[in-house]
Amino acid sequence: MTSVAAGQAGAQPDQIQILFHEIDRPGLASLDVYRDLGGYAMLKRALTEMTPEAVLAELQASGVRGRGGAGFAMGKKASFLPKGDMDKYLVCNADESEPGTFKDRELMQKTPHTLIEGLAISAYAVGANRAYIYIRGEYALQADVLEDALIEAKAAGYVGERIFGSDFSLELWVHRGAGAYICGEETALLDSLEGKRGNPRLKPPFPAINGLYGGPTLINNVETLMNAPHILKMGGAEFAKIGTETSTGTKVVSVSGCVRRPGNYEVVLGTPSRHIIEGLAGGAPEGRSIKAWFPGGSSAPVLPGTDEMLDLPYDFDSLAKAGSMLGSGAIIVIDDSIPIVDVALKTAKFYRHESCGKCTPCREGTNWTVKMLERVETGEATPMDLDIMASVCEQMMGNCLCVLADAMAMPIGSMIKHFREEFEAHIEAARERNGLGIAMPDTVNRGAHAGPEDLLGEPAYAGAAEAH
Amino acid sequence: MATVRRFEHGSRVPGWDEAADLTKDPAVVPDPASTPVPEDLRYEIEAYVARYPDVRSASIPALFAVQRWHGWCSPTAIEQAACVMRLTPAYLTSVATFYDMLETEPKGEHDVYVCTNISCSLRGGDQVYEAMLSAGGDDPSFNIRSFECLGACDIAPMASVNGIYVGPLDEDDCRTIVEDLKAGRTPLDAKQIRHRPQATSLTAEGPPAVDRVDVASGPSASGNDTFGNKDM
Ligand SMILES: Cc1cc2nc3c(=O)[nH]c(=O)nc-3n(C[C@H](O)[C@H](O)[C@H](O)COP(=O)(O)O)c2cc1C
Ligand code: SF4
Ligand code: FES
Repeated sequence: MTSVAAGQAGAQPDQIQILFHEIDRPGLASLDVYRDLGGYAMLKRALTEMTPEAVLAELQASGVRGRGGAGFAMGKKASFLPKGDMDKYLVCNADESEPGTFKDRELMQKTPHTLIEGLAISAYAVGANRAYIYIRGEYALQADVLEDALIEAKAAGYVGERIFGSDFSLELWVHRGAGAYICGEETALLDSLEGKRGNPRLKPPFPAINGLYGGPTLINNVETLMNAPHILKMGGAEFAKIGTETSTGTKVVSVSGCVRRPGNYEVVLGTPSRHIIEGLAGGAPEGRSIKAWFPGGSSAPVLPGTDEMLDLPYDFDSLAKAGSMLGSGAIIVIDDSIPIVDVALKTAKFYRHESCGKCTPCREGTNWTVKMLERVETGEATPMDLDIMASVCEQMMGNCLCVLADAMAMPIGSMIKHFREEFEAHIEAARERNGLGIAMPDTVNRGAHAGPEDLLGEPAYAGAAEAH
Repeated sequence: MATVRRFEHGSRVPGWDEAADLTKDPAVVPDPASTPVPEDLRYEIEAYVARYPDVRSASIPALFAVQRWHGWCSPTAIEQAACVMRLTPAYLTSVATFYDMLETEPKGEHDVYVCTNISCSLRGGDQVYEAMLSAGGDDPSFNIRSFECLGACDIAPMASVNGIYVGPLDEDDCRTIVEDLKAGRTPLDAKQIRHRPQATSLTAEGPPAVDRVDVASGPSASGNDTFGNKDM
């Protein structure tokens, strides 16, 4: 790790505050206060002193990776947009519907002008003259704050025709969604913004080539775009020194679930996960311990609460190596009082509800996973159902238009992998409550029965119980 | 879970034996002469349309506008939006049925979305939903729904009350919210999200040191140190 301070003994990695700097200063959402703190100076520098290529080069040098889920390098994605005079678009993904994630909400509500400035700088870098902020419809307060900020920015000439007397013009609008998780997926978001049902599109072509209204489109998350003014201020190379070699900068991490102080914490990437969960968020409540945690929203595979896992540096690559992902940077902590089966069922139900239904493996896979988990809860399942579930998850992954299917398969699959014993004990206990007796795997003859009904009916079970 | 409406046989589509009404002509783009649209509503929709290169992009804002006007996306409401936008009602219906916040059946005027997703459930969200139902479920002016993660798990268990986020909630809060709404007050002012400061400032002693620490027991300043019944 070539990090500044992260992970080193005695260091206080959370003391570097970039996006959360002065975040609670009264009136920060207004143009006056934002400008007093140096706001829009970087937009001015970009437009009056730098070429778009130079701005793009700084973004690339910063190494900043997408904060919305996939973690793709922002500068690199921006460089994919073709040069030339066609209509290009910039879309800010403010849909933030990943369960456990609430960082964009706090950022937009408290410092909306940082987003507008970051958007304008990024739009200049790629030559986009039209931009939209797609914000989830539930965020009424934040959308109002953004719209007020936008009116101020337009009146001051920071958005609109020939900004700062340059040749660059930008039209920017806030677009409210209407409640659909899938609209966070970038191509579904584009369809939704075009006024259609929010169904994902086949990729490639990627939005950078063929996006909104068929034009080249850069799509980035709120937090990603908000880093742009800071990158220009520090210089891309200097920004790249914060964090680890491949995960640069800071990350606003949303910590929720079974912790004492849920909330957003800005940390340098590479900070030990334990510091975030136990240091900042206070750890599990009195007398409980951490059983499992989602490192990056509910779509990330869960990790067990072992010392080895909690000591993982919180950055893109360390989490990927451990079999999970940083995702949207949302940690959900589950303590030892929570049955893992309940978490699995909640998770699966969410994805069943949010599947757009276009691909068979996703539409059917989410539905059947919920049904099987319900059988586990009601005591009608056998351990064989766990194998079927695992195989359903396996077959969903990589076989669909978008990764929503993977987003259910990964956490459910990982729960079965890490907590199989608990699932089995849960099944046996529920069967016993229902007077069904044990269901050891070797009593299940997979070849002889067409469906699970037979296996669970009285005769099969009675024989099985006697055999033991 | 905000449930997808399903027919009795479990599917989202009508059964094979339910014939479409073939005697009816398909609805065309409504004729302005025979489709009266309130003046203000028309202006509002036209302003949305002007924001985009393609008129259809204004579908969601326009449907929200007619929903605010009529209380829900009724056939009349959709027809009016379709008339101004020069689209067919069927097109807008296809959009309206996709999104959770656009309602194609009559609903109560007060929207109360109680989050029952993972983080809220871990802190008693399901009990809050039950409590909200028993506090206001009988009143037809309330539209109480369980909802997916609303992006405010830091104040879990929480709810969105007419668009205003409040939390962490307990059962008493649910009764207060219902009373506040009936009396025309802003709901549960003290627990609204706009008051919430940065999480690090919520503890008097500041963030503890890096190593595993014994955090002082007792409720934290954030007030959500208490856990509801954990059965999800
Ligand atoms: C099902 C699904 C939901 C997503 N939801 C969001 C979201 O709410 N917000 C977001 O920024 N990205 C979301 N993404 C990721 C986007 O597709 C896209 O990768 C991201 O907006 C790119 O921005 P970034 O490079 O700045 O991260 C989602 C992806 C999928 C597959
Ligand atoms: S994977 Fe699921 S959500 Fe994604 S396009 Fe297919 S059906 Fe829709
Ligand atoms: S789980 Fe309830 S707000 Fe996120």
